[in-house]
Amino acid sequence: MIALTKRKTWLYFIPYGLWLALFVIAPVALIIYQSFFDLGHHFTLANYSTYFASATYLKMTVNSVWYALLITLFTGLISYPTAYFLHQLKHRQFWLLLVILPTWINILLKAYAFIGIFSQAGLANQFLTFIGIGPQQILFTNASFIFVATYIQIPFMILPIFNALDDLNPAFINASRDLGASNWQTFRRVIFPLTLPGVKAGVQAVFIPSLSLFMLTRLIGGNKVITLGTAIEEHFLTTMNWGMGSTIGVVLIIAMIIVMTLTGDQKPKGGAPR
Amino acid sequence: MTQPIIELHQVTKRYADNTILSNINLTLESGKFYTLLGPSGCGKTTILRTIAGFTDATTGDILFAGKRINDVPANKRNVNTVFQDYALFPHMTVAENVAFGLTLQKRPKSEIAERVNQALRLVQLADYGDRAISALSGGQQQRIAIARAIVMQPQVLLLDEPLSALDAKLRRQMQYELRDLQQRLGITFLFVTHDQEEALAMSDEIFVMNQGEILQSGSPVDIYDEPINHFVADFIGESNILPGKMIDDFQVAFGGHQFECADAGIPVNEPVEIVIRPEDLTLTDLAHAKLTVTINTQLFRGDYYEIAATDGLGNDWLIHSVNPAEDGDQIGLTFRPQDLHVMRFGEKEAEFDARLETYEGTEDDRFDET
Repeated sequence: MIALTKRKTWLYFIPYGLWLALFVIAPVALIIYQSFFDLGHHFTLANYSTYFASATYLKMTVNSVWYALLITLFTGLISYPTAYFLHQLKHRQFWLLLVILPTWINILLKAYAFIGIFSQAGLANQFLTFIGIGPQQILFTNASFIFVATYIQIPFMILPIFNALDDLNPAFINASRDLGASNWQTFRRVIFPLTLPGVKAGVQAVFIPSLSLFMLTRLIGGNKVITLGTAIEEHFLTTMNWGMGSTIGVVLIIAMIIVMTLTGDQKPKGGAPR
Repeated sequence: MTQPIIELHQVTKRYADNTILSNINLTLESGKFYTLLGPSGCGKTTILRTIAGFTDATTGDILFAGKRINDVPANKRNVNTVFQDYALFPHMTVAENVAFGLTLQKRPKSEIAERVNQALRLVQLADYGDRAISALSGGQQQRIAIARAIVMQPQVLLLDEPLSALDAKLRRQMQYELRDLQQRLGITFLFVTHDQEEALAMSDEIFVMNQGEILQSGSPVDIYDEPINHFVADFIGESNILPGKMIDDFQVAFGGHQFECADAGIPVNEPVEIVIRPEDLTLTDLAHAKLTVTINTQLFRGDYYEIAATDGLGNDWLIHSVNPAEDGDQIGLTFRPQDLHVMRFGEKEAEFDARLETYEGTEDDRFDET
């Protein structure tokens, strides 16, 4: 009977195990394996030495990290107040749904929509003309790239912050007020620290995907910003240098691990019972 | 009389069509232990929240040391609260929690450390400053919540069912400690509970509440001995409540007989209710019986037997007796006139007090002679 139960529990593991093996372990292993081969399929460490010795690749890395940071920062600056405001509303689940709604639409469709809006004769320039500024080059600028990327990432930041606010026991806020804290002090010393896990989850959900954005850099950014994501695409589809593409992939994976570690759960403050 | 520290004048609280508090008047004097007692949903916590400043009163005035504080925000009021679920900040250590209010006041570091230590010593957790909140037991969290409030040296401490999450033994111990703490610090405690035993044990004065109204206020002994109506008699302690009729001053009829009692000032022939506490009933032989009952069941409660019985008219009786009885036996009950308490239907506290005034002097003389 016990053996049967054990076997049954094991059966439940099969879908997850298969998923893990096929879509996590195997691709990562393949990428790492590929990254040690040159164009002639010879084992080599040259891909890594090229990557770390080349000013182009390092600049690309710095660029990717910098733009991902900017996108995460703007997303956070918009998302926290929005989540906080939504959370005060009466029908907050409904308003939250409206924020989530755009994520159901494919990212490429949204990118094309922005091409239309930002183009020379687009809505944005019509407005600028109307208020007397005149048409500007909006599409294919770094600013428009950051704008659209931020727009796309916002729901993924709002959601975890909203949930963290939802989990916050309102008694903490009363306790803080009771002890003499103003609204701002209560926010800074109680609400924000206690919802920080939500912010961290949001940073993970936004920063890491932003590192490897490549369709937006091309469609909206006009390839002015070459991120690691663009580089990978170029290596796999254009130069056919799979080894170099994989090496960049490995670098990205390591960057993700670093971000996960930095934003991971820290130990609770104070000692355990002696 | 000294200046009251907290006064509520005709405070009413409504949510849409729901009246949570109706016309609450209460006065708290400095340095006493007060309890708001009532079943859940009776509005007792709402009173606490209006004093703390977490909830507005719809109408009426809240006065602190004679000044109206309705519009003073919670963080500017000189009262502190011990919350039902403690609400200790989980991202801070014990010492940081206790120091929270003082750091907001930007006190010097040395003063904060000194006062935090003192508060922790007061709740007997002096060595726990560096602990995480999650590493504390429920009883310890309770004490830290008290320390965090009293370190602010408030003039009034509000306690919202602070003992309800503790087990029975710890709860009893904390009752002693709270009472002791209140007397040592000399600050006013306003304690909210639904546990009548807790209220009776700790308070100088109890406000009994039901459905948004204060039904009766007074010392624990007053409320226990002279409940104003059926609800209070039933809610505070255990009681036998019987329908009866007033025959004359100091004469009441119930259970088919007429008895001498300690109440007067009620119109003749008015229907009333009579309260007799189970511990005031004494088992006796049939020759000395004022009432005869048949024993149904009994439970051994350790320090007494709880006996359920029925009289000839079908009224149920609850008796606390040191000696056991036999199930099914007919047995006599006796009691003293002052063990009976007569309650009028619909009498308010003010009317009750006024009626008491008219004969209170004579009451003591009567029973001294007998």
